[in-house]
Amino acid sequence: MTITILLDEHPRELPEGVSLAALLALLEREPHSVATAVNGQFVAREARPGTELADGDKVLLFQPIVGG
Amino acid sequence: MTDSFEIAGVPLASRFLLGSAGYPSPQLLAEAVKASETQLLTVGLKRSVQKTGDNGFVAMALAAARAQGARLLPNTAGCRSAAEAVQLACMARELYDTAWIKLEVTGDEHTLQPDPFELLAAASELVKLGFTVLPYCTDDLVLCRRLLDAGCAVLMPWGAPIGSGQGLLNPWALRTLRERLPEAVLIVDAGLGAPSHAAQAMELGYDAVLLNSAVAQARDPVRMAHAFRDAVRAGRQAWLAGVMPAQDFAVPSTPVSGHAFVLS
Repeated sequence: MTITILLDEHPRELPEGVSLAALLALLEREPHSVATAVNGQFVAREARPGTELADGDKVLLFQPIVGG
Repeated sequence: MTDSFEIAGVPLASRFLLGSAGYPSPQLLAEAVKASETQLLTVGLKRSVQKTGDNGFVAMALAAARAQGARLLPNTAGCRSAAEAVQLACMARELYDTAWIKLEVTGDEHTLQPDPFELLAAASELVKLGFTVLPYCTDDLVLCRRLLDAGCAVLMPWGAPIGSGQGLLNPWALRTLRERLPEAVLIVDAGLGAPSHAAQAMELGYDAVLLNSAVAQARDPVRMAHAFRDAVRAGRQAWLAGVMPAQDFAVPSTPVSGHAFVLS
């Protein structure tokens, strides 16, 4: 079984039961290099392994940039 | 002589807060940070699925801040609602390991004017979550009072729209804020284009200024960082010394009595 999430507004198929931490590993993103949100809610780093993604979830990743 | 000020009990030796965006190169960013002698450097966040390179700008900004003991001040640029801003602030706290946040909630796309209602809602929530909130706000006195009541550590009213370089468009409003909120830490944020604008803000009794584009977009950002640093100091000294009141009539400065020369 697979689910479809929206990753930065783009559909992406994933195996059912995949966690947010596993998604980051799949994307080859270092856990400390990004901040994460699911359905508009911040998910702290330590909560990612226990955050199972569901069909239709909207996932966003954020990284540091320069700013004013 | 150190003339520091405090934000949430933390002393800052420099009254010149600097942004890290828009520099021609990472090296010039680092040199400008050093020249400014800033103790507070703003940074941001962006959405990104794939790891995207930035030519080393972020790494250089972090290194430059670390080299001179400056704190980082992440912002919530791009947010349009309180809910968005609160979530982004939480992400910034995790990524940058600081609870200080420059709170931005935009209400108008053309002027990038802060939305006062969403700003206040976000500030209230973030204070409850333990953040030290530095709100980018308009110069509306009542809004500023409400932000202080909500627990904001400082107020950062605009001088002019972000990146416009127009200077202080409403000195009366800024002066009124200073007069009506004498205990508040006030920082003019945004719209400063020339060092004279920064000096003017400091002469009004503001505690500090925050700017980015005026330095980053200068032909020589490092020299401009020096210029702003000196202007901030000059303006501060003028405030402490007491600027003479302007008058509509001439007052002779040479203490002659009657006519200096009698030719007939």
